[in-house]
Amino acid sequence: MSYKIENTRYERRIMCLAIPARIVELEADRAVVDAMGNCFRAKTTLLPEAKLGDLVLVHAGFEISVVDEEEAKKTWHLIAEVNNFKETQDKVSG
Amino acid sequence: MLERIYKAQLLCDTACKTLGRQINIMEVCGTHTVSIFRNGIRSTLPKRLKLLSGPGCPVCVTDTGFIDTVLQLAGRDDCLIATYGDMIRVPGKGGSLETKQPSDNVRIVLSSEDALQLARDNPQKTVVFVAVGFETTAPATAVAVKEAAAGSVDNFCILSGHKLVVPAMRALLAEKNHNIDAFLCPGHVSVIIGYGAFAGIVERFSRPCVVAGFEPMQIIEGLGEICRQLAEGIAELKSIYTAVVTEQGNTTAQKIIDECFEPADGCWRGLGRIEKSALKLKDGFSQFDALKRFDITETQGEDISGCRCGEVLCGLIDPPECDLFGESCTPQAPVGPCMVSSEGACAAWFKYGRGRKVKRKN
Repeated sequence: MSYKIENTRYERRIMCLAIPARIVELEADRAVVDAMGNCFRAKTTLLPEAKLGDLVLVHAGFEISVVDEEEAKKTWHLIAEVNNFKETQDKVSG
Repeated sequence: MLERIYKAQLLCDTACKTLGRQINIMEVCGTHTVSIFRNGIRSTLPKRLKLLSGPGCPVCVTDTGFIDTVLQLAGRDDCLIATYGDMIRVPGKGGSLETKQPSDNVRIVLSSEDALQLARDNPQKTVVFVAVGFETTAPATAVAVKEAAAGSVDNFCILSGHKLVVPAMRALLAEKNHNIDAFLCPGHVSVIIGYGAFAGIVERFSRPCVVAGFEPMQIIEGLGEICRQLAEGIAELKSIYTAVVTEQGNTTAQKIIDECFEPADGCWRGLGRIEKSALKLKDGFSQFDALKRFDITETQGEDISGCRCGEVLCGLIDPPECDLFGESCTPQAPVGPCMVSSEGACAAWFKYGRGRKVKRKN
């Protein structure tokens, strides 16, 4: 794998918010996706039509839907905000 | 953009005037809850339009009995618990995974695939994957179970706490004292189940159901659409999250859920037992069912003394009305699940200071 895989913090929670990401590597049903510069593994089992270069929604390690660029940007923006919320809460939580 | 906000506000105003009473709209998605607070959406709405945070956070609705079962398994030397990160602080009757068990037996995973890999890497232990989440997450668990079956990973099993959104919404409306006028339906759950899944609620209970995305404009316009319907005295099913939600949803994911799971009665925190509201593994996969493997009967847990998360989840009270809120229950030391999860209604109220202010007045 040429991409550095990170365990992004966006994936740690089980909320029903899926994360938009671009498929940057694809081998059989195993993909590497890039969300806001973070690369992580995601499987295409639930979205067999996914192709290399597609923007997809990823949830709990699986791609669940194809998404367009404009929608992806909106959600990235929102995730950044929600993470800001979470980080503040973590600080409060100590 | 402003024009669109004004238009939605006007629709909300008109509905409040037409009905001449308070309007209660419930959002059934934790991410909606957070976005509503984060973007100050309440401040843009008429005072008589009230937003209720429903049972839309998978962590919050998990029954204490389920947590106690997880704790019981975590106490066994031959088990390794694989769980999503936000479950470890959720309190059951006997504490939480964080406070109760040696951390050696508990591993945080990011997906069901990681849990399966954990099982492959630790053949001497039985890996129990704590499978929680709504329909968005259930297919991921199903894929892991199918792979475990195909690859004969015999030391892998799941404790299914998967819940279904629609039966819970029906249960809320079936209660006599409910005060719900309409639902703002979850966005990414709908990616899987399709917005058509809410049709039954609209028909049976005559409540508007509108699927919206998570960005502020989507939420405001979703509320506007609901208010338009309420003012006109109609109830319709509509999705304004057309970018990713279709009427049928992701049929591949639905098929995989159906292959592995069947609906079963489930215990929800605060809502109690709801018919066919949970997913349990089908008989063909029973060897991967932790309850069967360890011969455990899951019982409905008792509510934690003084905690009113159940009433919060049903939209009957706002978090500050609970005596524990902000006093003995805070994000540092949560008593109830709605304070644990960052998506929980109590955590959101606390974080944005609304509750604290009300509390001081008392």
